[in-house]
Amino acid sequence: MKKRLKLSLWVVFIVLVGIQFVPVQRNEIEPVTNADFIEHYESPVVIGNIIRASCYDCHSNQTKYPWYSNVQPIGFLLQNHISEGKSELNLSEFGLLSNRMKRTKLKSILSQIDNDKMPMPSYLFLHSEAKLDSLKKTLLVSYFDSILVDIDR
Amino acid sequence: MKKSNSILTLALLASISFSLIACANKKSTDHENGNGVHDHSAMNHKAEDEMSDGSVVETSENKSISQLIDQYLVIKNALVQDDSRAAASAGQKLAETSSSIDLNTFEASKQSEIKEILEVVKEHGEHIAKSEIAHQREHFEGMAKDFMDLLAITGTDRTLYQQYCPMYDKGKGGSWLSDSQEIKNPLFGSKMLTCGSVKETISMK
Repeated sequence: MKKRLKLSLWVVFIVLVGIQFVPVQRNEIEPVTNADFIEHYESPVVIGNIIRASCYDCHSNQTKYPWYSNVQPIGFLLQNHISEGKSELNLSEFGLLSNRMKRTKLKSILSQIDNDKMPMPSYLFLHSEAKLDSLKKTLLVSYFDSILVDIDR
Repeated sequence: MKKSNSILTLALLASISFSLIACANKKSTDHENGNGVHDHSAMNHKAEDEMSDGSVVETSENKSISQLIDQYLVIKNALVQDDSRAAASAGQKLAETSSSIDLNTFEASKQSEIKEILEVVKEHGEHIAKSEIAHQREHFEGMAKDFMDLLAITGTDRTLYQQYCPMYDKGKGGSWLSDSQEIKNPLFGSKMLTCGSVKETISMK
């Protein structure tokens, strides 16, 4: 019995080492274009910094990877998470959307932030810098609101 | 012998669990794609059939739009009854229909706006298909205006009423379309079934 346990642990260890060599596609090589939300709207620096810190890891082509993203299977899980986030909203390509779609996305962004659903609590657990305190939240909400009004015009 | 057996079992288990995760992800996308393609070809056939004797083009374009209106109203009725699951399956259908509509059945000058509207309707449908009821209502409310814009271009096969409840979304108000003048509020459901009034009548044309 003891032998078996030892053996199983070895196998787990080998598998864990083995998957470190499986290549994972990383979401950071795309250059920033004019379609990028912050470029597109020439957002003020303060706003741009909040958006980058709180949204861009999962909603843009420029993820800032933490060191543990190099450890598998954490890296796989992160990659899944990121591609899910980007399929909902990719701020790097926001400028390419139709005005109608921009309005739709902005309304969703506003309601997600307003209801504290984004940034996700599970993400904030390891990214305290992404947390939107009430000041940042007010700033972002009124900024996104002003953009929404501009599109409606 | 025993040793190698347990190694094999473990290795197998590990690889199976990994491939299962991969499979599950792949399957869901395959499934979606399959559906989309299928619907699309069906629509194309329909459009072609009706295009061949010219005069029916108008009905073929109305047919896909009336399907869309049908599905919108199914979502509305489900939300009136607080039935999140029925709303979800109708949302899925709405998303599928909106991506399968053949734009060539519309006048060239109207196509790009119709395309943009349908993309947005698809987006809302997809979210209604996978969300809990408050979020479903948010997306349902979000597409009322897009639907009205669409019907202003394509016309409608029935009389619809734009209804409005001023209490929705912390007093910002919210709209929806109904095929009946009587108010049954889909944004609140049983909580406030009769809040609202008719704002506009969208007549057949």
